[in-house]
Amino acid sequence: MAIDMKKKFALDKERLLLGVAGPVIALVTAVVLTSVVLLASGKSPVEPYSIMFTQATYSDVQVLIINQAGMYYLAALAVAIGFRMNLFNIGVDGQYRLAAVVAAIVGAKVALPGILQIPLLILVAMLTGAMWAGIAGLLKVTRGVSEVVATIMLNSIASSLIGYLYLPSVFGVQVGNNKTTGTMHKSGWFPGINMGEAGEIYGFVVIAALLGVAYWFVLNRTRFGFDLRATGASESAAAASGVDAKRMLLTAMLVSGALAGLAGLPLLLGDTHTYSLTFPTTIGFQGITIALLGRNSPVGIAFAALLISWLEKASAALDLQGYDKEIAVIMQGIITIAVVVSYEAVRVWGQRRQQRRVGIELAIAAGENTSELKKEVAA
Amino acid sequence: MPTMRRTRTSPRTSRPTARRTPRLTAVAVVVTGLALTATACGGTSADQAKNEAKNKHLGLALSYDVGGRGDQSFNDAAYSGMVKADKAFGYKSAAQEPTEGETDADKVARLTSLARSGYNPVIGVGFAYAPAVKAAAAKYPKTTFGIIDDSTIHAKNVADLVFSEEQGSYLAGVAAAKATRTKTVGFVGGVDVPLIHKFEAGYVQGVHDTDPKVKVVKQYLTETAQEGGFSSPDKGRTAAEGELEKGADVVYHAAGLSGQGVIEACAKAKKFAIGVDSDQYKQKPLAPYKDYILTSATKDVGRAVYELAKSVHDGKPLSGVTRFDLKAGGVGVTDTNPEYGRIPGLAAAVEKAKQGIIDGSITVATKP
Repeated sequence: MAIDMKKKFALDKERLLLGVAGPVIALVTAVVLTSVVLLASGKSPVEPYSIMFTQATYSDVQVLIINQAGMYYLAALAVAIGFRMNLFNIGVDGQYRLAAVVAAIVGAKVALPGILQIPLLILVAMLTGAMWAGIAGLLKVTRGVSEVVATIMLNSIASSLIGYLYLPSVFGVQVGNNKTTGTMHKSGWFPGINMGEAGEIYGFVVIAALLGVAYWFVLNRTRFGFDLRATGASESAAAASGVDAKRMLLTAMLVSGALAGLAGLPLLLGDTHTYSLTFPTTIGFQGITIALLGRNSPVGIAFAALLISWLEKASAALDLQGYDKEIAVIMQGIITIAVVVSYEAVRVWGQRRQQRRVGIELAIAAGENTSELKKEVAA
Repeated sequence: MPTMRRTRTSPRTSRPTARRTPRLTAVAVVVTGLALTATACGGTSADQAKNEAKNKHLGLALSYDVGGRGDQSFNDAAYSGMVKADKAFGYKSAAQEPTEGETDADKVARLTSLARSGYNPVIGVGFAYAPAVKAAAAKYPKTTFGIIDDSTIHAKNVADLVFSEEQGSYLAGVAAAKATRTKTVGFVGGVDVPLIHKFEAGYVQGVHDTDPKVKVVKQYLTETAQEGGFSSPDKGRTAAEGELEKGADVVYHAAGLSGQGVIEACAKAKKFAIGVDSDQYKQKPLAPYKDYILTSATKDVGRAVYELAKSVHDGKPLSGVTRFDLKAGGVGVTDTNPEYGRIPGLAAAVEKAKQGIIDGSITVATKP
């Protein structure tokens, strides 16, 4: 029994090591290659990092990092749930923007008390995101259209649709040279966590964290989550064990879209209170990077989201100190490529070790069996 | 011996899941707690900067619009004003670029970091900075903030620097109508936004007031700036080629860097292009095509930047709306290309329209 425990402990440790090895290798590669780029351009390969680490110790920069990470986290969860199902939802970008614009319009037109208004806006955003992703899901299950192609196209269509929705003749309000959807009613503003001088953390970030726990629970503790992962691993095997793969596919797309619909809300409900030309785009694409980096695990994604936001926010200070802040963009790019490569390498390596160990165990077991057999025969 | 736990592993990740709930929650709590306490403890970057630079005046600071330096257009024009101020007043000015997909909070952070580092005035290049300038100006009342292309922010230490783009574009329209032989002219807008609609409105009116029979073909490249409408020469080239195919022989662009593609396509087809913002005939990257740059509808952002810096330097900082129109020389058209003088009646017609706008007999619409 004691030997069994010890063995299990060693296995756990090894699994942890393998899990950490992937991202660590990717990060080290990114730092080394970025330093090479810095050296090649005749600049200090160390100072930019120290500037960026110093930035991370300032509380106002930390607030920026956490707020941005909250949005990235939601977008990455949306991407991750698709990945678990073997679906590549590239459309998170269009889904969250469309959801934000619709929520902003509803928030400007409807004035309920806050206790109803905020849930209403959340629901509207989730439904909009789910609907937009659902189009791609429907196309996939009925016509076999690749969700990759469909969602990319839907991103473009979403841009045009948004352009129409905030025309002054439709729902828009022009402020100076900016197109906006008008200011939302105060009851729909999500209260933030005031950090004094440092600024305000969007209250919605807490919801993002809770959704991370919910994501973990649903995927690992419910029948639905099991079916989803099973279908993602092998559609035919899942179908053979009684899972309706098409239904799972559509459901996964809808859930992914609903989560994506929330990605813009921390900013919309916590800060801008209107959707305008300056509302940030590309959160959905960053979500893909972060989901990959975080290996679709809710904790991994949280760290990945913080890492990417740190790179973005801390690099802003580089410009004033004689460095190009595009260094951070280079790092992000390298991390994304390196992470895919290193995960695969670590996986193959781990698999080999496991195979070898299983082989040894089997050989020992076989040895024991044969000796037992001999004893029996002898008896 | 396989343990019981192995049977519960997920098909893809083979990660054991038993007894993980409390651990996961614990991790979440610890991470959140750490993040919050770290935020509560650390000083802000403002405290740090205060220690470093005590009221040292460094010069002016620019915070660029999407596209940044090297767009041969809007941002570069602002930069030219900064260079001029540096020379005139011995400033060591600074300029920062935006990050893709950033929020207003990031813009506020950038403007305030510039203000507390000792830069004055701090100028947001582009209307996207409006909410950020409002917030930063409230935090740093002793610094003058400038915002280009926006007049919605009213504060004592904010200077709204706006242009009458439609007037310069009207003159470009007059020139295009005089130069066309096919009786068709083109317009390429970078992004389908109110600001660019002003260029379109003035241009179309200028064309039709000069020759009602001339047809204008129009195209906008993208819905939002983030999609690259101001920064994609390839999109500009495709749009211009389409308009040339429809018979246009003069194409006016209001598309920032994308306009390089418009000018290139026109030059290759040996048709005229009309530049925007700065005198594009003089720009080095466009030198191979310059013979086909008939004129440029200028928008002197550099002058606006310089004048704001000068007003701060003289101790009388600009405040409120300052409009740079045709009368003030803030917008106009250029005559540097010799072709401009060779087309019969062109220069005279433009001059006449210019006088008309200045004396008020011609009113140019700002919306198409």
